[in-house]
Amino acid sequence: MSKVRFLFLIWALIGGLLATMTFAVMVGSVDLTPSLIWEVLLQKLGFVSEAEAAASKPQSVIIWEIRFPRIILAAIVGAALSISGAAIQALVKNSIADPYILGVSSGASVGATSVILLGAFGALGVYALSFAAFLGAILSVSIVFFLARVNGRTSVIRLLLAGIAVSMVLSAITNFILMMSKQQGGIQAVMHWMLGSLAGAKWSNLGIPFFTLLLVFILLFSHYRQLNALLLGEETAATLGISLDGFRIFIILFVSLLTGVVVAVSGSIGFVGLIVPHIVRMMVGSNYKLVLPVSALIGAIFLVWADLVARTVISPEEMPIGIITAICGSPFFIWMLRRRRYSFGDGE
Amino acid sequence: MLQVKNVSLSILDKHILHNLTFSIDQGKFVGIIGPNGSGKSTMLKIIYRHLKQTSGLVTLDEKDLSHFAQKKLAQELAVVTQETPVLFDFTVGEMVMMGRTPYKKWLANDNEDDFAIVEDSMRLANVQHLKNRPFSLLSGGEKKRVMLARALAQQANILILDEPTNHLDIEHQYQLMDLVKRLPITIVAALHDLNLAAGYCDELLVMMDGELYLEGTPEQVLTEETLKEVFHMQAGISRNPFTKKLHLFYHTER
Repeated sequence: MSKVRFLFLIWALIGGLLATMTFAVMVGSVDLTPSLIWEVLLQKLGFVSEAEAAASKPQSVIIWEIRFPRIILAAIVGAALSISGAAIQALVKNSIADPYILGVSSGASVGATSVILLGAFGALGVYALSFAAFLGAILSVSIVFFLARVNGRTSVIRLLLAGIAVSMVLSAITNFILMMSKQQGGIQAVMHWMLGSLAGAKWSNLGIPFFTLLLVFILLFSHYRQLNALLLGEETAATLGISLDGFRIFIILFVSLLTGVVVAVSGSIGFVGLIVPHIVRMMVGSNYKLVLPVSALIGAIFLVWADLVARTVISPEEMPIGIITAICGSPFFIWMLRRRRYSFGDGE
Repeated sequence: MLQVKNVSLSILDKHILHNLTFSIDQGKFVGIIGPNGSGKSTMLKIIYRHLKQTSGLVTLDEKDLSHFAQKKLAQELAVVTQETPVLFDFTVGEMVMMGRTPYKKWLANDNEDDFAIVEDSMRLANVQHLKNRPFSLLSGGEKKRVMLARALAQQANILILDEPTNHLDIEHQYQLMDLVKRLPITIVAALHDLNLAAGYCDELLVMMDGELYLEGTPEQVLTEETLKEVFHMQAGISRNPFTKKLHLFYHTER
């Protein structure tokens, strides 16, 4: 892919993301026009004074306090899961991996379930859920990591197997808590959480996910050469000067941090982290210099659309977004699997 | 100078390599020959630090190899390995550019020099016409040449080749050997074809059962006796009438 075509693609995707976000703000129980939305945005940023504004107070509240944060969160979560998926796939050199393979979501589920059903961390109030989910995610990844470490080296296959084993145990704990619970509403709340939702978005809880995404994206992007080398296998990566062990720890640490933060605010939204890197590799090849930025943008666009569908399809009820991502994602994924000219890495 | 001193390797009490000692001078083309399972690849893997010896020492210019930072080692030593793993989709140009990885600092972009080096390396390895092709769709021989181009782009002082002529047709076997021979750097190659080894190498190391059986020039090493003892082959030894290099004629008793 030439530089010009790549830049064109990036700008087209940025345009697509802005258009998608504008459209997503327009759609809902109260319909809004694009000009109104941009006006409110400019007004909030201080470019237009409140007196000149055409938007009524309630319209402005809906746009600014309800829809904007949610749509921005959708974009952040989509981008974060996609780049995490891409990085994890390079780490294990296998394209069936997703960001949850190291136990992030099962750990977070235990945390969330114990808050929702057992009232753990009650002292933290509204932050208890996010805090417990993040804590669960990080604890679970740490256990997986230390199980996979033998004689001071991290083996990829042990990492995968430890991830599966720990996830199973943690899912069993979640299910046990669910089984023992007598509160119907609580169980439904847990289900909702596990399938993911962006309904909790507020300006005040966007900061941490945004800056974590920014940090991890910059770190991964600045190591695109090392990620590329990993795809060639351990032996080749080492002969190209990559210190494998240190770099693996680096990826595990920052990807877990990012997925942990994201899962804490949105629940474990499945499929995005698996499928977006595939779509991107089909478009631009495997070079992570292109894969990472394109993944971030396509993941963001995809999740804004998925959230739009989730909140409108059975309105006034909300569909968990995980159901939408799986229903939209799977057929596409199957179509892609059937294409001949696409390289999946190991196991072909 | 690359020195291997008393290197042994055992895996699960099985001796793979036993007390190997040899040294390779700067600029020499050294071939490692020996039957299957004699430890050629294993020896090379120890030199490029993919395996760690159980005892003994490998030094590069008098410095212990295990003290080199990974990046520094990759600037000194480039490797073309035997198998080509199944890959994600990279173009040939991207693959060769990866040879520049050990020279890139954090956030550094590919610059004019890198592109020039990559072009040169591709031309030397005769793959520049494949530049925009996906690596995964190349033939085995083309892949090997691309891997060689990547190793050349590393601009190392030592090039390690593990059976480089595998999968290559006869033209490309000789083309590759000619190309490698012309490089002003140290070459260490595990070779199966003894006539290629005789035609191109300055020195040969003969390995058998994890031990160094013999070392010396092709003339010193490739004798009827060595062939019989190490390879269990009858051979007549003569010269190639065109290159005047040693040439072996094999025969079995039938």
